[in-house]
Amino acid sequence: MKKLSKTTKNNLITYGMVILAYIIVQLLVSTGHVSSLVQGLLVPFCTYVIVAVALNLTVGILGELSLGHAGFMCVGAFSSAVFSLAFKEALPSGLRFFLALLIGAAAAALIGFLVGIPVLRLKGDYLAIVTLAFGEIIKNIINALYLGVDSNGLHFTMKDALSLNMEEDGMVLIKGAQGVTGTPNDSNFTIGVILILVTLFIVLNFINSRTGRAVMSIRDNRIAAESVGINVTKYKLIAFTVSASLAGVAGVLYAHNLSTLNALPKNFGYNMSIMILVFVVLGGIGNIRGSIIAAVLLTLLPEVLRGLSDYRMLIYSIVLIAMMIFNWSPNAIFFRKRLGQRFVGSKRAKKEA
Amino acid sequence: MKKKMLSLVLAGAMTAAMLTGCGSDAGTETSDAGTETSDAGAETSEAATEDTTEESADTAEAAQSSGGTFKIGGIGPLTGGAAVYGIAAMNGSQIAVDEINAAGGINGMTVELNFQDDELDAEKSINAYNALKDWGAQVLDGCVTSACSIAVSAKTAEDQMFQLTPSGSAVECVANDNAFRICFSDPNQGAASAQYIGENGLASKVAVIYDSSDVYSSGIYEKFAAEAANQSFEIVSAGAFTADNKTDFSVQLQQAKDAGAELVFLPIYYTEASLILTQAADMGFDVTFFGCDGLDGILNVENFDTSLAEGVMLLTPFAADATDDLTVKFVTTYNEKYGETPNQFAADGYDVIYTIKAAAEKAGITADMSTEEICAALSQAMTEISVDGLTGEGITWDASGEPTKAPKAVVIKDGVYTAM
Repeated sequence: MKKLSKTTKNNLITYGMVILAYIIVQLLVSTGHVSSLVQGLLVPFCTYVIVAVALNLTVGILGELSLGHAGFMCVGAFSSAVFSLAFKEALPSGLRFFLALLIGAAAAALIGFLVGIPVLRLKGDYLAIVTLAFGEIIKNIINALYLGVDSNGLHFTMKDALSLNMEEDGMVLIKGAQGVTGTPNDSNFTIGVILILVTLFIVLNFINSRTGRAVMSIRDNRIAAESVGINVTKYKLIAFTVSASLAGVAGVLYAHNLSTLNALPKNFGYNMSIMILVFVVLGGIGNIRGSIIAAVLLTLLPEVLRGLSDYRMLIYSIVLIAMMIFNWSPNAIFFRKRLGQRFVGSKRAKKEA
Repeated sequence: MKKKMLSLVLAGAMTAAMLTGCGSDAGTETSDAGTETSDAGAETSEAATEDTTEESADTAEAAQSSGGTFKIGGIGPLTGGAAVYGIAAMNGSQIAVDEINAAGGINGMTVELNFQDDELDAEKSINAYNALKDWGAQVLDGCVTSACSIAVSAKTAEDQMFQLTPSGSAVECVANDNAFRICFSDPNQGAASAQYIGENGLASKVAVIYDSSDVYSSGIYEKFAAEAANQSFEIVSAGAFTADNKTDFSVQLQQAKDAGAELVFLPIYYTEASLILTQAADMGFDVTFFGCDGLDGILNVENFDTSLAEGVMLLTPFAADATDDLTVKFVTTYNEKYGETPNQFAADGYDVIYTIKAAAEKAGITADMSTEEICAALSQAMTEISVDGLTGEGITWDASGEPTKAPKAVVIKDGVYTAM
């Protein structure tokens, strides 16, 4: 048997982890050991895992801090929700959701590409600030957007629902701040896991491809990369667009899990962008597997803490800080290392004895 | 090595968390079995599944010689910017539950309320609903806000759980057969406000300042604008603001002033309205302000000069200073318990519980009925009952879920709400 390379082995572990988690959860669900709370959380898990992996591509591989990923998620969510609502009767649910996915991913990729052109000329903090602004702009535009369809075709306005001037048979698709209501519930856990695997396949293969190595060389030393003839703008844009479109896929999953979709500061504002960044940072920048674990853990935590009622959010933030210190503080890393050595050492001693 | 350790620890933490998440019902089940014999009263309420609910109901019956427990789940924002509304609704509901229990419960059943936080996020709202399902909720008092209510009503329709929202005012909140509401719908309020202004000849030129990012506010504004076309006044300016930008209203006020508005319609919540009143006074813009139920509570805003609210008119189903016995009793109890004057959300929350009680008594609900049976029976009974609540007398419902009650207009005079 041919020996697998280290990266391949590593990637297989990541895929295996997801598949194993899926099998375990499915077994538990079928034997009735999972509470409705956790069952309801399964699709959100998938959503946040996908968006965390997508952001890790920008933060970890491209090495740029993006605070606008909730905005791309928002684009994916709204474009696909509008499509699904408009074709609710006309198409069977499987095909409709598949097309919705493609539309969501394409719309987010397009916006990501357009945003990327000006934004990627900047570096570091400035880039973070501008992506933050673009994320907010996307959210606010969607909040002011009214879209309707009737026998004369599409109507669109930024004023209010009355100025759509629709025929009697018309249907309002996006109602400004009231968002999209009545999206069919097409997402489920199985589709979510398949999408996670597809996302992982894209991201992991991207990292280990020629393009991925070019992107990483830009991250590590831009001048050196330029001097060997790498087209910096092109590769940066590729990575950023792929990342945005995957965030759009997460948005599609999100939109089809709820029957109402609003662009609130809570779900598509910068709070969410920062939340996604927290998943990435806690899981380890550039560590895809870490992002998955962190996303699941941090989505689950506030819900598990429901029993604490008023103190829930307080405890949650304390846990966040504690985890951050444990993962990143030099002292904590040293302590962990020593602990690990002692553990391994004692085992070794036992073996010898 | 370091990385391996880290992933090990994280994986361990994850499985631990998953276990607590999944194991929670198993855990409570066993503890339930333990407590069943010892104290069957309040403790057995921890039952997580349908069967254990019935079991605990039996033991409760034995202990209290009553009809078991009736579990009402509640959902609303208890943290974050909209916490005022969720907490008020929760407190109002709690008072009603305490009163009912003191008076012997519903059909002999002890009522229990579990109110969960949704952080004003539809996704979290679903989580809260699922948590309540695990707890064994039989009917739902919620959600407090419209968007969450819509999201949850899709799930309650699936599970056939009866839902009565205190203040979810968007049209879609009661689209399903199992959902009803206590408050007016947004279109109702907008149209009623326009009719009130037109019929009473309050002004001929009206300006509107509304929150375009808020479902409640833009919903009212749309219907107000539509109805205004049929009335004797015209809308001279419509200034919008968003949730991200709600501290400076000088632009919108200046716009209204330049247009020569005689009355400013504020279909918004009181926090922003208090700022608008202060800023209007600062720029010497002296007009009548007219609002909807969201303005209720403006007199309790901290550091707000209440003399500025003098002459403000609002259309609200509830006024805390009303002199009828029910309101006086509710306001006193609320004040004693929570140290503040209740707002309209608290009144809505209170009415939800009494409406459920009335419907449950009409339908003859017992604790051993399944959620689906309760839902079908209550949905039927809702169209047959008439409730005298804090937010209206003789409230009736039709199958669409909309309440029928008369709006009350109040004006703020000498720092208190006075009926007009």
